[in-house]
Amino acid sequence: MQIEIDEISKEFGTTAALTPVSLSIPSGALVALLGPSGSGKTTLLRILGGLEFPTAGRVLFDGSDATRLTVQERRAGFVFQSYALFAHMTVFENIAYGLRARKRATRPPAAEIARRVTKLLDLIQLPDIGARYPSQLSGGQRQRVALARALAIEPRMLLLDEPFGALDARVRKDLRQGLRDIHDTTGLTTIFVTHDQDEAMELADLVVVMSMGRIEQIGRPQDIRARPASAFVRDFIGA
Amino acid sequence: MSDLSHPVPASPFRPAATEAPWLRITLTIAVVAILGVLLFAPLIAVFYEALREGVGASLATLANPESQSAIRLTLLVAAFAVPLNAVFGVAAAWLITKYSFRGKAILITLIDIPFSVSPVVAGLCIVLTFGANSWAGSWLVAHGLPVVFAVPGIVMASMFVTFPFVARELIPVMVEQGRAAEEAALTLGASGWRVFFTVTLPNIRWALLYGVLLCNARAMGEFGAVAVVSGKIRGLTATMPITIEMLYNEYSSVAAFTLAAVLALLALVTLALKTLLEWRYADQLAATHRH
Repeated sequence: MQIEIDEISKEFGTTAALTPVSLSIPSGALVALLGPSGSGKTTLLRILGGLEFPTAGRVLFDGSDATRLTVQERRAGFVFQSYALFAHMTVFENIAYGLRARKRATRPPAAEIARRVTKLLDLIQLPDIGARYPSQLSGGQRQRVALARALAIEPRMLLLDEPFGALDARVRKDLRQGLRDIHDTTGLTTIFVTHDQDEAMELADLVVVMSMGRIEQIGRPQDIRARPASAFVRDFIGA
Repeated sequence: MSDLSHPVPASPFRPAATEAPWLRITLTIAVVAILGVLLFAPLIAVFYEALREGVGASLATLANPESQSAIRLTLLVAAFAVPLNAVFGVAAAWLITKYSFRGKAILITLIDIPFSVSPVVAGLCIVLTFGANSWAGSWLVAHGLPVVFAVPGIVMASMFVTFPFVARELIPVMVEQGRAAEEAALTLGASGWRVFFTVTLPNIRWALLYGVLLCNARAMGEFGAVAVVSGKIRGLTATMPITIEMLYNEYSSVAAFTLAAVLALLALVTLALKTLLEWRYADQLAATHRH
């Protein structure tokens, strides 16, 4: 799905989290929102997911105005920073949650839900953990379960908030490839937030460098590295 | 604990977080002594006094209509006050922890007022507002719904006194859990109510249970506020604590202590229930707390 961010701004009380930003994301792209904390990248991601609403501006999905769509209507697969798995449910129940939450008319029958959950567990290469609870999983496994849970709702896009932030360095590298593979398999427009420039540069097709509620530069990793648009970008990516 | 189960060779060094043996022993003795004097001795005394003239005499005092009416009334008041306060407590904790709004600090202070205001004052406020001489009270009496010197007033007084328990128990838990799980459920398409029943409630159920049990114990034991609003009408508006006081003042000590023992037993049953549930669901409790 093609996403258009049109002059979005967001104020929390008197502080501006986003000064008007515009951004066009082609369908099927893997995009990194890169910036230090307080740069507005998470706020932008949450606005796309419908968890925050902009003070001004519009969000367009495939050309139609989605600014006023509720979080449920957005159908955005969202992976939270600390994964926010439901601790009292098994992995299976976690992944099935979105399907069970559907209205009766569109809710798949139990056998179909089980089939889809099994398929997703295969996709994240953890076929045998359906009966476990989140507290019995490693950090990397939790991240992949969160991804499967987000994919279960057949989302129109995938939004990830610091998906590798809570993991140690070695697991990070493995899971980067995992996210790339899942993106390539599903073809979903995928946006992830990170403060790690290596991660952004290595993984994304398109990197959006942000600072203090503004977009500093948009470009392919190699272009940003070759031609940083500002002193901030040069400094931040360490070029 | 660990140095008892795993004896280690004597070492001249002591872990930084371990106190000197004399201090540990002194503190342990102090705690046991305080518990003994303040808790166990009075509890044993109540049961001893209740059974002094034999089990038969105690049971006979329980069989009289006055005691039975007191027990019934206390259970009735708890049956109204506890569920209502559970609902209000969850609503208040939800509002305070999941939203930010102007006047939040004032709301938190308001919830705590019953802790700082004397129950007698609270009872008097209810009498002044809803008594037969007040505007609201005379209207209620005229319509056959007296509040003061009747059951509704007792329920109100009990609810006022026990209002903070559920909310106070829930707020720290809900603050710690944050909003992420609820937001995740919303992004997965769940409606607000569905999120509440499938995510929020399961996450707070233990804190809610503790709050409800505390609230229940306090509601059944409340004396001061109820004494003011109830009018202490025997067999009609006298709850268990009120009846106990009246019997004691009339030197019916076996009856007074028997009723006191029943009240203490009700509290002990709630405690036992809580322990049983904790033991039964220990793994779930650990799972929800670790994360």
